[in-house]
Amino acid sequence: MTNANKNSNYISGKTGDWEIIIGLEIHAQVLSSSKLFSGASTEFGKDPNHNVSLVDAAMPGMLPVINQTCIKQAIKSGIALNAEINKYSVFDRKNYFYADLPQGYQISQYKYPIVGEGSLKITDANGEDKVIGIERIHLEQDAGKSLHDQHPSKSFIDLNRTGVALMEIVSKPDLRSPEEAASYVKKIRTVLRYIETCDGNMEQGSLRADCNVSVRKPNGDLGTRCEIKNLNSIKFISQAIQYEAERQVEILENGGVIDQETRLFDTSTGETRSMRSKEDAHDYRYFPDPDLLPLELTDSQISEIRSDMPELPDQLVERLISEYGITKYDANVIAEEKEYVHFYENSAKNRDGKLVVNWMTSELFGLLKKNNIQFNQNPISPNYLNELVELIENKTISGKIAKDVFEIMFATSKSPKMIVKEKGLEQVTDDSAIEDFVDQVINENKDKVIEYLSGKDKLFGFFIGQVMKVSQGKANPGLVNKILKSKLK
Amino acid sequence: MSNLLQFSISEVLSLLEKKEFSTKELVETYINAIEKTKDLNMYLTTCFDQALEQAKISDQNYLNGNQRFLEGIPLGVKDMFCTKGIETTASSKILKKFIPTYESTVTQNLLKEGAINLGKLSCDEFAMGSSNETAAKGEVINPWNFEEKRTPGGSSGGSAAAVAAKAALAATGTDTGGSIRQPAAFCGVVGLKPTYGRCSRWGIVAFASSLDQAGPITRNVSDAALMLQVMSGYDPKDSTSSNINVPNFYNDLGKSIKGIKIGIPEEYNSNGISSDILEAKDITINFLKENGAEIIPVKLPLTKYSLPVYYIVAPAEASSNLARYDGVRYGHRINGNSLDEMYENTRNLGFGDEVKRRIMIGTYVLSSGYYDAYYLKAQKVRRLIKNEFNEIFKQVDYLVTPTTPTTAFKLGSTQDLLTMYLNDVFTVPASLAGIPGISIPIKLDNNKLPVGIQILGKDFDEQGLLNVANVIESCASFKDTPNGAAS
Repeated sequence: MTNANKNSNYISGKTGDWEIIIGLEIHAQVLSSSKLFSGASTEFGKDPNHNVSLVDAAMPGMLPVINQTCIKQAIKSGIALNAEINKYSVFDRKNYFYADLPQGYQISQYKYPIVGEGSLKITDANGEDKVIGIERIHLEQDAGKSLHDQHPSKSFIDLNRTGVALMEIVSKPDLRSPEEAASYVKKIRTVLRYIETCDGNMEQGSLRADCNVSVRKPNGDLGTRCEIKNLNSIKFISQAIQYEAERQVEILENGGVIDQETRLFDTSTGETRSMRSKEDAHDYRYFPDPDLLPLELTDSQISEIRSDMPELPDQLVERLISEYGITKYDANVIAEEKEYVHFYENSAKNRDGKLVVNWMTSELFGLLKKNNIQFNQNPISPNYLNELVELIENKTISGKIAKDVFEIMFATSKSPKMIVKEKGLEQVTDDSAIEDFVDQVINENKDKVIEYLSGKDKLFGFFIGQVMKVSQGKANPGLVNKILKSKLK
Repeated sequence: MSNLLQFSISEVLSLLEKKEFSTKELVETYINAIEKTKDLNMYLTTCFDQALEQAKISDQNYLNGNQRFLEGIPLGVKDMFCTKGIETTASSKILKKFIPTYESTVTQNLLKEGAINLGKLSCDEFAMGSSNETAAKGEVINPWNFEEKRTPGGSSGGSAAAVAAKAALAATGTDTGGSIRQPAAFCGVVGLKPTYGRCSRWGIVAFASSLDQAGPITRNVSDAALMLQVMSGYDPKDSTSSNINVPNFYNDLGKSIKGIKIGIPEEYNSNGISSDILEAKDITINFLKENGAEIIPVKLPLTKYSLPVYYIVAPAEASSNLARYDGVRYGHRINGNSLDEMYENTRNLGFGDEVKRRIMIGTYVLSSGYYDAYYLKAQKVRRLIKNEFNEIFKQVDYLVTPTTPTTAFKLGSTQDLLTMYLNDVFTVPASLAGIPGISIPIKLDNNKLPVGIQILGKDFDEQGLLNVANVIESCASFKDTPNGAAS
């Protein structure tokens, strides 16, 4: 293999390079006030078994009724992922016994999911666009929670989460590195948050992923895959994939074979370990749920949702670039969160977009990070950033002074105009005032003036510096430049 | 007034309105009848205090002229219906002491219209059976020739027996493969299985969701119409209930059937069918002819596949529907050293043999590797059976068949399960197709046991079905009373 073909995503082993093949199943909790098949609330953080209806507890004779909000949310998500919306889909029962699964089956979609094939554009490690295929999205119920650490001999069951709607977004095995997987999850999260179909809150479990990982010799036959279950942070997803791929390479290079199995990621050790082998895999006995009719959608239902779609991140990036003249990199940073976009677009109104994006991504994000403040707690309003940039643009203050003003804004949430006024930081743009500063400097540095006039051009910078110093930084540098030049002829 | 037990619903309603007797007297008479027929083992639970309280309200309503549609009608409720505050077990040990906090839609509809619940009637465990022999609290005895200890049929055996024995003025039943019609035939009463989706399934313990349908068991056809009127209706809590207009089922009764086309399917004529039953069919055909109906022999060649299809589809759904009885949240629990052991103990002791057998069959036919060969194939054949009925109903308006191959057999006499399953051979096809069917008594056989005839109709044509049944009923003039009935 030539160096030119060398792929930075490969794992280099004793026997050469290995390519990682990754497919993700993302479980995204549907943003909806009630559950998929019952009217119980989905509010997070309630006391155990507070959000439980008779249906959720699977009392005898209870029947599921489809929550139309969840259907709309799934369609919206499908549209956002450029996917085909299936006008006919079926809810199936996935049968297994567990204490926190009251019905003894999970209602899911098996053969006929609501959303078919789609795609998502991500940015790969080299900053290039890469399109990842989406296999399908189906709707399903979440299970409850078993608590094993509350009592020495008993397990407790919390059914608050039971029946909450999840979208399972299944990718094609198109991802090739932990970084790509992370980028994919981030992008999915951004898209879903944009269209408000999932809050993307990974700590609360609103977005979690199962990762299918296998390795192969570059362009060789696909290897046997292992599935790592239930990862709830982007960091863990990358770590788990990296560990798992290396584990598989080591086994293969030592002449072993990979067992197709389900594995768990131990966040404390950073290792994956076997949960169950293929032989122990459940036979879920899927069959169409006879309590529910097949879900049939009409074209008008779908087109109504389509026409109501908010701007999607990719469209937004394009618009930010053309409308504000910012770089793709900056546009991507802004597009990552809806609240960034909102902030940016308000700050940049009638201002130089590039200037605003710099202030936002370097100064603002820097201060937030330094002070460990969440963006939604940001003390600076977009109006004030707009005002600050205006002050720079109309030369009321210099960029250097602006940084000081910005820090005061951050600490006090005051308007920059007010700060500049109170502290007397306005740039001096009055010719005569500047002439006074220039005259003062010339008088105090007669020897240097002679040297300059005799050809030592480099001294010009010295004079500028002196004038700025005398003006306490407030003199307009352009004017200083002009007046100095005319006086030093 | 002499014997209040003899009156039908419509008679009782008019007599109550005329204040010939009070609801309290009526309910007390029925309570007394239930006590007298205790040996037939029909009621699992009674709620007499509550019934008497309700009777007071009904009497007040009659006094004020505010009586509701079924004001003061004392009913028995099959134990498959969840009843608020009243133990509901589906005749199973696993639901022992389960007291729902909610009322099923169908029983709520009845209570809302003034009907009074006397208690819960026995049935086969989880409605799985054709003889009432799988009930956890023992079998119900058919009030006909009661000393011979014959089956009332099943699964709604308690309901049919109670109506026949005058221990309830009417009763609710559920029919999955014949569970209303077959016991109605065995007990000499009227049993109506409405179109799938006509009555809400909400709050009815599920056996096989795509087949289960509630319906009335009554003394006569017009009572069935009155009961169905109240039990029916769209329920947003049941996605499979039909959002279709509920017509007036009783006003049209008595309409002429002249020119109506009646199909007689030749396949409903299996081996082992008793001559009494064939005779009843011929009598019925003559009644219909006398009333101007056109009799047309028809063929339903897929009939023979109905039973095998049913015994795949119903157990498959049941195996999943019954997974919730796991001892975790309600009902019976028998502890173990692990979760799995608790499941095993609870379900092993909680379920009877027939239920376990069907759970196993259902689990098997849904298993990977067998699904296509059994469940999927069965669903395809089910669709063909439905199509076959649709086609035949382009030629004829109704079908007339025997309800059962035999009359009520002796309890414990059927050791062979396949023979037991064959009891449903004439009732199962309509269940698979979802069409309505009614069984009405025609005559007594040589053993003085009632013989029932089944009439089948198109989807949601209960009204016409009841009208045809009404005509046959008038002609048959079946007035006999079982010797086990209260008097």
